[in-house]
Amino acid sequence: MAGGPPAVEKSSGRTAGGIGRGRALLLTPAMLTILVFMVAPLCFVGVYSFLTPGTYGGVVWEFSTEAYIQFLFERDFLDETLVFTSSYLSIYGRSIGQALVATLACLAIGFPTAYFMATRPEHQRNVWVFLVTVPYWVNLLIRTVSMLFIIRDEGPLNAVLQAAGIIDEPIRIAYTDFAIGLGLVYSYLPFMVLPIYAAIERFDFRLVEAAYDLYADRWTILRKVILPITMPGIVAGSLLVFVPSLGSFIAPDLLGGGKHLMIGNLVALQFQGSRNWPFGSAAAVILMTLVLIALMVLIWLKNRNRVEGR
Amino acid sequence: MASGKKRDLRVYPGFRGMTWFCMALLYAPMVVITVYSFNSIRSITTWGGFSFDWYVKAFNNPSIQQATLNSLIIALAAATFATVLATSAAIAMIRGRSFRGQSGVFALLNLPLMIPEIVTAVATLVFFLAVGIDLGLMTVFIAHAVFCIPFAYMPISARMEGIEGYYEEAAQDLYADRWASFRYVLLPMLLPGVLSGYMLAFIISLDDFIITNMVAGPGATTLPLAIYGKVRTGFTPEINAISTIMLLISCLFVTGSYFAGRAGKRRGEQR
Repeated sequence: MAGGPPAVEKSSGRTAGGIGRGRALLLTPAMLTILVFMVAPLCFVGVYSFLTPGTYGGVVWEFSTEAYIQFLFERDFLDETLVFTSSYLSIYGRSIGQALVATLACLAIGFPTAYFMATRPEHQRNVWVFLVTVPYWVNLLIRTVSMLFIIRDEGPLNAVLQAAGIIDEPIRIAYTDFAIGLGLVYSYLPFMVLPIYAAIERFDFRLVEAAYDLYADRWTILRKVILPITMPGIVAGSLLVFVPSLGSFIAPDLLGGGKHLMIGNLVALQFQGSRNWPFGSAAAVILMTLVLIALMVLIWLKNRNRVEGR
Repeated sequence: MASGKKRDLRVYPGFRGMTWFCMALLYAPMVVITVYSFNSIRSITTWGGFSFDWYVKAFNNPSIQQATLNSLIIALAAATFATVLATSAAIAMIRGRSFRGQSGVFALLNLPLMIPEIVTAVATLVFFLAVGIDLGLMTVFIAHAVFCIPFAYMPISARMEGIEGYYEEAAQDLYADRWASFRYVLLPMLLPGVLSGYMLAFIISLDDFIITNMVAGPGATTLPLAIYGKVRTGFTPEINAISTIMLLISCLFVTGSYFAGRAGKRRGEQR
């Protein structure tokens, strides 16, 4: 708008492949904001991970790979002594494990749900989609707080079980690995359902009939026809669950009671509690690398699937 | 569309049950906390009658009042800022032909969605401290404005894609200048998308915890931060009350955003 009419007309009309001045001006504020307040900070983290920690937080401008060595050093040390508890690498291993389990659980719940939704009459589908979408937009902290409220020792779940005479003592659900997994599934389940739903909705059910005519039974059809064709949706959903689960902070912090650390908590701790900025930055860089690897693996899976599909 | 035989084939035993399980898992915690927020006594096992006492108590708490005010100021400011930027970016991205580096720009606009939130949080903190900006409402506003951009961008660009360029061309043939054709032709048509994007940005800002937790100074406590602080020291029925209100606000805004987007789509189809 600020560019004035002639400039916009000329540039968008003639410059081959280039962007006009008007459009560039329109894009600049958003891009600049993200570049300055997101890309630059991320670069800072990258740089900080190679510096020396200051005494009271912050950094000393002295090159060091200490932050990265700390991960490996701890592992060598612990291979001989304690195995699971305090090693940094085991936190990464645990996080990957938790994220994988959460992804599989989401898939086990999400696929049947998405399939059921997509096979409803058309007017009902929108309602289902809306019902799955709403929790995604609802405050994650509050949702996790509600989950904690229910499963804690003095919470309604234990109270109901005790009143019903099923258990005598409250069972410990909160502050366990199971609670974290439950929290992750609960947090990111909509991410699994929606892409799979989109894939199944596009699925041509005449293929099912064709397969049936060729004497395939229901489950063979599911395995050999429906699953391969809807694989892009499954892959997208898995990615959308795995990535945020891996870097999650709220679920392990609240439901794990801060005792069962995941990568997100490890990173946060370095900037709040123990104050080792380079180590925290290195932890963040490694987390980002893992996310990138997950992305690439899933893209590779998607491509391989596409080739096989043809 | 489907014959009886076809429909049978499409049904798998247990899938319906799993769907209900999925819905129960998603909604039960929210429903339970809402119900308990109206229980007049602190008990978990007994129902002491319906009451608004915990709400009254929560709202008379000065720290909750301050946090609510902070949250609203930041959400309004960040959503407004992000919506203006996202609208301008969406127009540039979609109007006219594709340009070199367009997919790169698209990736940049969506970058805040792809970086794990905790990484964004510490990166933003490190950045503010390094360049010497004091932590406070201002830093929270900046951080929120950044990650609200892609959320505002999504519905606005979706709407923009449905509007053909010839409306503005027609306006300009009638001697409207660029601004007038934007203001009186494009903007009214784009409005459902803008509204939808604004609402999403607003709740995303209102709800944010992880990033706010890192970049809020001592005086910039928002509602999620206040709730988190209270939960860490133990559950009180006031937490249920505030949580219920926040759940309600989120639900209202998502529903609003959804219908704004749909109304826009329908009108677009008629045209």
